[in-house]
Amino acid sequence: MSARLADAAASTSRPLLSIRGLSKVFDNGTTALAHVDLDLATGEFVSLLGPSGCGKSTLLRLISGLVRPSSGTVAWPGEVSEPELGFIFQEPTLLPWATTLVNVVLPLKLAGVNRRDAEDRAARMLALVGLSGFERSYPRELSGGMKMRVSIARGLVTRPKILLMDEPFAALDEITRHKLNDDLLRLWWEERFTAVFVTHSVFESVYLSGRIVVMAARPGRVVADLDNPAPYPRDDLFRTSADYAHLCRVASGALKEAIAA
Amino acid sequence: MSRLPLAGGNALLDDAADGTDAAARPAMATERRVLGLRAGAWPGILAPVVVGFLGLALWQALVVIKGIPPYVLPGPWLVAQTVVSDWSTLSGSLLVTLEITLAALVAAVVVGVALAILFAQSRWMERALFPYAVVLQVTPVVAIAPLIIIWADDVNLSLLICAWIVAFFPILSNTILGLNSADHNLVALFQLYRAGRWQTMRYLRLPAALPYFLGGLKISGGLALIGAVVAEFVAGTGGSASGLAYRILESGFQLRIPRMFAALFLISASGVAIFLVTSWISHLLLRRWHESAMRRET
Ligand SMILES: Nc1ncnc2c1ncn2[C@@H]1O[C@H](COP(=O)(O)OP(=O)(O)OP(=O)(O)O)[C@@H](O)[C@H]1O
Ligand SMILES: [Mg+2]
Repeated sequence: MSARLADAAASTSRPLLSIRGLSKVFDNGTTALAHVDLDLATGEFVSLLGPSGCGKSTLLRLISGLVRPSSGTVAWPGEVSEPELGFIFQEPTLLPWATTLVNVVLPLKLAGVNRRDAEDRAARMLALVGLSGFERSYPRELSGGMKMRVSIARGLVTRPKILLMDEPFAALDEITRHKLNDDLLRLWWEERFTAVFVTHSVFESVYLSGRIVVMAARPGRVVADLDNPAPYPRDDLFRTSADYAHLCRVASGALKEAIAA
Repeated sequence: MSRLPLAGGNALLDDAADGTDAAARPAMATERRVLGLRAGAWPGILAPVVVGFLGLALWQALVVIKGIPPYVLPGPWLVAQTVVSDWSTLSGSLLVTLEITLAALVAAVVVGVALAILFAQSRWMERALFPYAVVLQVTPVVAIAPLIIIWADDVNLSLLICAWIVAFFPILSNTILGLNSADHNLVALFQLYRAGRWQTMRYLRLPAALPYFLGGLKISGGLALIGAVVAEFVAGTGGSASGLAYRILESGFQLRIPRMFAALFLISASGVAIFLVTSWISHLLLRRWHESAMRRET
């Protein structure tokens, strides 16, 4: 057994993140989330799966602190203060006037890391996502998948405890998406961050995560919490296995119920 | 305990890193050049020059064939001769006008950008002050120039103020628009990384505003010149300043029409030069990243 799973088992008693009775009502009266309870363990890979408009993005923004809850709490029981977060948006969201390297350096620069160190770390991170040699390219000189990888490198360069991803690969073709899924899993395995991955693809959620939280809309709420026991590492073999097909059917069924509910 | 190897994932990644991406690594592009310029740039330069020459030839022909006297309409050749023969007088005036124009433009940039940054810091500041910037903008400078000339002791200073009033608004309003047009997700990202106000300004808002500011600068360059000339017209020959507008007025009184045209030509040429310089600056600053400055690949 790997150290990782033992870690996860040990930390179930004290979650990294604890969400209690979380609701969000926007100024225009829309109830985006109603009464969400959710615990995240350190090192988990969790997918938030649900139909459009069920409040996945809103939940992610609440976790990140970008949006204030209307009621309920987002707490980090094991932490002294809010831990460092990484956030990856659906779009690459890069600075168009800055090179790839400068884009990845940005979080370190904002944190006051000195320039030499920051550039070293950023270059290593770029190599990790398979982009060495492109340090001096501008975003518009990169393909969609490459831009997304820059964005992942930027999200991970501060070595955050928790990485929040909002449908990061939704706009990419299937081949690129599979490749980035593999890259992401490998990085997660090596860097040992806690991953929260928003998606509306059943297949992606089953392939990536150890746990799938299914959400329903109007009002946005959690309707199912599925465990995905398939062991890591996962690769193309897993993608074509009977286990995978079975898990997809289960998740798909839960999602259908969520949409019908 | 050891971690499990991740053979499948690694092989996939390495494959792509060495195959598709490395092969696409950027190489220096070589382009055909003619006389130091991109071959494709020449038609854009030659076309207006040819049109200009045709126009001048037509004008000259009209003057010669119809026998129009020079005090009604001098031909372009005579105007060119006058620029050369009266250069000692005209160059001094040109210098005065250019000095006022450039000083006004610099002041417009400093005040416009500073105010825009101030407004970006505080919505209340913007609400309280912006209407007065608009008032300044919509009041015709000819109408307030006499007042300003009375209030400021120095004629040059009053001309400068007039030119500044005309020039500063496009820079202010464009920069405000630019500072507010930073991508909202990027703003959220900066917030997430707990960036300070000044960091967000420096690394996000100011660069995002640059294309808008440069658009404003192009407009303001021409307006500063117009402001300087118009204000000098209003100040009239009573002023001690002797810019190009003063030369035009003077030539009018003395019926030295070719010199009037020569001064007019210098004003237009200055305007074109200012436009070219600001366009060039804008191109240099934006060419690597902004859509407006990129050539589309075909
Ligand atoms: N800023 C806002 N103001 C008002 N309503 C909002 C705002 N943001 C989101 N909403 C509403 O909240 C609900 C949930 O939105 P959210 O963006 O979280 O959905 P989502 O699950 O991320 O959907 P998608 O999969 O389409 O991205 C929607 O009904 C939406 O209209
Ligand atoms: Mg969303």
